[in-house]
Amino acid sequence: MEEVPHDCPGVGSAQAGRGASCQGCPNQGLCASGAGAAPDPAIEEIKEKMKTVKHKILVLSGKGGVGKSTFSAHLAHGLAEDENTQVALLDIDICGPSIPKIMGLEGEQVHQSGSGWSPVFLEDNLGVMSVGFLLSSPDDAVIWRGPKKNGMIKQFLRDVDWGEVDYLIVDTPPGTSDEHLSAVQYLAAAHIDGAVIITTPQEVSLQDVRKEINFCHKVKLPIIGVVENMSGFICPKCQESQIFPPTTGGAEVMCQGLKVPLLGKVPLDPRIGKSCDKGQSFLVEAPDSPATLAYRSIIQRIQEFCSLRQPKGENLVGS
Amino acid sequence: MLRVQGKAVHQCDSGWVPVFVDQEQSISLMSVGFLLEKPDEAVVWRGPKKNALIKQFVSDVAWGQLDYLVVDTPPGTSDEHMAVVDAMRPYSPLGALVVTTPQAVSVGDVRRELTFCKKVGLRVIGVVENMSGFVCPHCAECTNVFSRGGGEELARHAGVPFLGSVPLDPTLTRSLEEGRDFIRGFPKSPAFPALSCIAQKILNEAPVGLS
Repeated sequence: MEEVPHDCPGVGSAQAGRGASCQGCPNQGLCASGAGAAPDPAIEEIKEKMKTVKHKILVLSGKGGVGKSTFSAHLAHGLAEDENTQVALLDIDICGPSIPKIMGLEGEQVHQSGSGWSPVFLEDNLGVMSVGFLLSSPDDAVIWRGPKKNGMIKQFLRDVDWGEVDYLIVDTPPGTSDEHLSAVQYLAAAHIDGAVIITTPQEVSLQDVRKEINFCHKVKLPIIGVVENMSGFICPKCQESQIFPPTTGGAEVMCQGLKVPLLGKVPLDPRIGKSCDKGQSFLVEAPDSPATLAYRSIIQRIQEFCSLRQPKGENLVGS
Repeated sequence: MLRVQGKAVHQCDSGWVPVFVDQEQSISLMSVGFLLEKPDEAVVWRGPKKNALIKQFVSDVAWGQLDYLVVDTPPGTSDEHMAVVDAMRPYSPLGALVVTTPQAVSVGDVRRELTFCKKVGLRVIGVVENMSGFVCPHCAECTNVFSRGGGEELARHAGVPFLGSVPLDPTLTRSLEEGRDFIRGFPKSPAFPALSCIAQKILNEAPVGLS
C-alpha cells in the first residue's frame, strides 16, 4: 500500500519524476525524462505583453460559492468608475465562467485582430475576457482536464490584446490547483501585485481560506488581504438571527492569527445577487447600501496597496 | 462537518479503512483531509495527481458492505469529475444529484454541469435548489436572499426531476460548524422536511436490499 502522497515537487523542479511523492503519479515517466524541465517560452512572451499592464491582482478563495466572481466584478466596476483608469477583468474559471453574466455581457463574442484577441468592452475603460465568450450556447460544458485549461490560460495571458491597463483583475475558480498554479507560473516574470482572498464567516469556509493563504506563501504570492463576504446578515423583520454565524470569530480572528490584513466585511444584501443576475453594477443600483460602502472601502484599500508597490522590478513572484 | 477532523486513516489487508463518524458505524467517510499532516496544509496538486488519488479512493478503500456511497465533488466539470465518473462506471452508479442555488448566475454554471452529465452518460437523479430562502428560526419570516425558483426552472429546462428546495437555516450552518448531527438535533428546522423529502425520493429510487 502506497505512502500518503506529499506535494508534487513541480514539473519544472529538479526532483520532477524522481521524488518519493512522484511514485504512482501518472506523469512520473514524463517528468523523470526531463520533458517538463525547460522553461516555457510563453513566460517571457507574457512578461512582454504584461509590460503595458501596471497592476495585476488575483482574486482567490479556498471555497466555492463565497462570492469571488461577484467581488471581482465589483472591483472592476468600482475601479472603472474613474474614466481615466483602464481596467481589465480576466475570468480564468474555465468550467464555470460566470463573469460574462455578472457583467451583463452574456452572448458577446470575442474578435481577433492583428494584435491578438480583443477583450469585450463593457465601457471604453473596462475590458473583459472569459472562456464564456468562446462558447456558443449557455448549456455548453467545458469538460477539460488540467493541461487544456492551462493552455487556455496561457492564451488568455499571451494572446489577448489588453492594451494599456492600470489594473488587471484575474478571477479564479475555487481551490489551489491547475488554474492557480498556471496563473502564478505564467505571470512569474511579470510581477503580480498580490492576491485578494474571499471568504464567508463560517469556520468551514475559513478552513479552506487558511489553505489558500498557505498556497500564496508557498508560491510567494503577496497577499493584499482577506474579504469577508456575506457578513452579518440579520433577519430584516426581527433583527435576531444571523445566517452565516462566525462560530470561530470569522475572518477577523483568523486574519489576526495569521497576520494577514482584513480588507473589510461585506454584509449580505439580497440586492447583490439580483444585480449580478441582471448583469448590473450593484454599486450603481444600490449606492446607499452598507454593502456598497464596504465594497468601496475595500477597493480603496486595494488601490492603496497597489500604489505602494513598484510596477516593475524587485518584487517578482517566484514560481 | 462530520466532526471527525484530525482522525487518521488506517490500513488493513483489504485496503484503507474509512473513518466512522457515528457510534453505530452507519456512516463512514474518506477524504483527502485525513491524509494531511496539518489541517491548514494546502493541497497544491495538478490534475493527474488528483485523478490518481480519486482512483485510489474508489478501488483501495475497504468500504465493506454499503447500501449507499455518496460522492461529494468540487465545483466544475474537470479532472475530478471525469476521474470519479470513470472510476465509478464499472459499478453502475445510480446517478448524479445536481445542486444549485436559486440565482441565475448559479444556474448559469449548473446548466453546464447537466450537459457534462449527459456527455459522460451519467444519469441525473435530479436537481436540488439549496439556500432557497432564509427562514428566520426566531420569527419564521422568509427572506429570499439568493432569489428563488432558479433550480426548479433549471430542472424543467433540462428535462430532469426537481427534487426540492432546501432553505437556509442558521441552525444547519451552525451544526455543520460544530459537527453536530443536524437530523437528530433539529427535527423542527425548516430545512429538515426538505432534506428528508429529498432523501426519501432517493430511497424510493433505490431501496436498500435491491442490487
